[in-house]
Formats: sequence, structure tokens, C-alpha cells
Amino acid sequence: MAFVLTPVEPIANWLAELDKWRRTSPDFFVGRPIILDLGGVPLSENAIGELIGALAERTIRVMGIEGADPDLLGPSLPPLLKGGRATGGDIVPTVCDAPKAVPVAPARAEPTSLLLETPVRSGQTIIFPNGDITVLGSVASGAEVVAGGSIHVYGTLRGRAMAGSTGNAAARIFCSKNEAELISIDGYYRTAEEMDASLRSRSVQCWLADRVLTIAALD
Amino acid sequence: MADTAKVLVVTSGKGGVGKTTSTAALGAALAQAGQKVVVVDFDVGLRNLDLVLGAERRVVFDLINVVQGVAKLSQALIRDKRLETLWLLPASQTRDKDALTEQGVASVIKELRSKFDWVICDSPAGIERGATLAMRFADTAIIVTNPEVSSVRDSDRIIGLLDSKTERAEKGLRIEKHVLITRFDTQRASRGEMLTVEDVLDILSTPLLGIIPESEEVLRASNVGSPVTLCNELSAPARAYTDAARRLMGNQIPMTVPTDRKGLFDRLFGRRAA
Repeated sequence: MAFVLTPVEPIANWLAELDKWRRTSPDFFVGRPIILDLGGVPLSENAIGELIGALAERTIRVMGIEGADPDLLGPSLPPLLKGGRATGGDIVPTVCDAPKAVPVAPARAEPTSLLLETPVRSGQTIIFPNGDITVLGSVASGAEVVAGGSIHVYGTLRGRAMAGSTGNAAARIFCSKNEAELISIDGYYRTAEEMDASLRSRSVQCWLADRVLTIAALD
Repeated sequence: MADTAKVLVVTSGKGGVGKTTSTAALGAALAQAGQKVVVVDFDVGLRNLDLVLGAERRVVFDLINVVQGVAKLSQALIRDKRLETLWLLPASQTRDKDALTEQGVASVIKELRSKFDWVICDSPAGIERGATLAMRFADTAIIVTNPEVSSVRDSDRIIGLLDSKTERAEKGLRIEKHVLITRFDTQRASRGEMLTVEDVLDILSTPLLGIIPESEEVLRASNVGSPVTLCNELSAPARAYTDAARRLMGNQIPMTVPTDRKGLFDRLFGRRAA
């Protein structure tokens, strides 16, 4: 677990308070991974740079930034992080048992893919917003497979496949035989009628190319 | 006895594909092989199995009466006049499917299991109460399909329900499933006017129990109130049903499409299906 510093305005006062705290435990930040949460302070790119410089003078090395506009973070600044958990609005960091753990992508208990070993039958709807769906059999006409991530069908896709349902434009659909009624990625869809006949009955992949749903043969 | 009895449901989703004909024909074929069989009509309100078996004038009590405790099972069962090991439990024509309760059906099936080798439930069309209760307690399902897209899609829907809504499925057990293709015309399939056997099996990914050829014999048999396997044992559909019944009993029978006519043309197209 990293320590999260959450500056509050005015920054000068916050730095003074940080200095006061450092006097009581001078080596506290040495060698520790620090994340700067800028969600509470609207700073410009220059101001962020100055703040990081001011922290560096105090031997505080910032390894990542949270809660900032990604456009503001140039290559000279630490990378933007998502999903790190804040330790609260207090500048006093909390000490955890495992200080070496990496702050990014905390381990989640939920799986990020769903494997279906049986065919998806007509009338069935499989919804998995957390990630990819892999179907070992076929998806029947009148069946629906909805994934937050990509969809892989090793049998024939005869029903509907909707990938990237939670707003993921990078999701793709793969099937070893395309007889789909409808395919959709991130809300962009195409019905069977709108598909090129040359792409039917063969293995294809589907992706979003500049907001255009694109289908191409794999073989 | 109870542990060897098998409860079959003959189902399809779509109407008019031959569930009742197949129930009667398979029931009779199993009885002809010496098995003790009861066929149960679940099509409450639209019963037909009594007609196909020629027992319509002997119906006194029915499935609803037994489910509701008005009559005893032994009072409602009708023994076939031609085959003494074949029995019918008719449906009620005047009631509707809401009169069936799950508990009632469970107790009737349990009692039938203790008395017969085979309990064959003739499901109504559709996916509503009547159909779900007919499949509810089955060990094995026979999905009757015509080689035609709407029938195949409805069958696929039914297979999904069999895998989720039956008692065995809810207990995490497998329900055995077989596809029975009816009204199959080898020549039309080879000309591309019908789905082929391979097409149907590819879509349904379920093992094949038999292929029943399209035949005038089927209509003739049902109009005289006789299962086709009894009416004309040597006809093509009768031979196909008899083979299917033997496969149900665990025999290995090569899969063929029997034909009535023996011309060279038929032999050319009388191919085998895996």
C-alpha cells in the first residue's frame, strides 16, 4: 500500500503543516511510495510541477498522481493512476502492514472473464459487465451475449453479441463462424442485413475503427 | 422398480411438429418390445393423445382429477386394447393448464415411476406452465424437430429450458437429451429445400435419436386411432420409430432414413446420418 498525500488549498499552508509534521518524524517518507491526490485542488500543469518540486526538496518522491486532468500531466510529471484507494483527506498518512505492495490495480476478488462450456440456447441472455466472455460452443439464433469486455465464440455465432457494453470501445468480438443476427461494440451495432455477404459463414473479428463497426475475416 | 423407471418428456416448443404422434409411436414401440409403458398427456385443454391411441371413448377420469385428488391413479389409467403393457393417462379437455400444480404433478409422476418401466410425458406446445410442468420431473428429453428453421430455433429454446428449469437441472444433474427429426424428406433436403440432418444437429448440438421420414402413413394411422408402429409395422415411419425406441433402450442401431419406395433413386439418396 502506498501513502496518499492530499493537498488542500492554500498549498503554502498545507506545505507548512507538512513541514511541521516532518519535524516530529523526519525519516517517515524516505523510500516510501507516495501518491499525490489532486482531486481536491484545481492546479495548472506548472503548479503541479512546482508542487512536486517542493515535495522533492522534502525528500518526498511522488510516484503517481490521482484525480488530475490527464491532459495536464506532461511526460515530465508522474503518471496518472486510477483505482488507488485514498486513505482519507488527512495529510497524515496511515501506516499499513505491507508497505512494499504496488498501489496500482489492487487485487480484485471478482474474475474478469466468464467461460461458458455449454452452448448458449435461444432465449437465453448472458450478461457479464466485468470483462470478457468466452463461449466454447455456439450462440443460438435468438440468444444474447452481453459483455463489458470482448466476446469470443469458438462455435457458430447465430444470435446477438454485444461487446464493450459498459462503454469500452476497445472491446472486440471474435467468432469461428459468423451467422450473427446482430453485433454491437460500445453501442455501435450492425444487423445481419447490413453485413457483407462475403463475411458470413466464416471466422471473423469485429472492432471499432474510429467509431465505425468493422468486420474482417480471420482466415 | 422405482430406480429403474425412466421418465421421458416429448417436447418441441413449436406446435404441429409431431410430439403426440411420436409419443404414441414410441410408447407403442417400447410396449411391443415388452416394456411396461404409460403415456401421459400434459396438453390440458387441448388433449389429443387419447385420439391418436384410439382411446377417446374410454376416458372417465384424467390427469387433473388425479392431481387434485378427485380420482385415484388406477381409476384414470386406460389400458390399450391391442398392447397390454401400454397405458394412457389422459389430459382433461375442459380445464386449462393452471389446474396443474407442481406438487400434484410430482406425486403423480412418483406413483407412475413405481408402476411402470417408462413414463412418457407428451408436452403441450409453447414454453408456459403446461410445457414446463411436463418436463419438470423428466430424466430424459426427446426434442421433436422438423427440418425447418423455426422449428429448430424453438427446439433450441426448449433445450435451454431443459437445462435450467427441470428438477434434475436445478439439482445440478444432467438431463439426457435426444433430438428426433420428424417429417424428414431425404430428396428435398438434398435439393436444399429443407435443412439437412447435419444442419439440425450442428445448430442443436444434441445427439440424434432417430429420423422419421415424411409419410402418408403417419396421418392414416392417427386418423384410425392407432400408433403408426402398430397400424403398419413395416411402413417407413414405423421402422424409424421402432429403431428409435430400441436406441432408447440402449441398443446400438445404425442411423438410417427408412423409405417406403424401393426405387434406385431412393437408394441413391438413402444415406446414413451420424
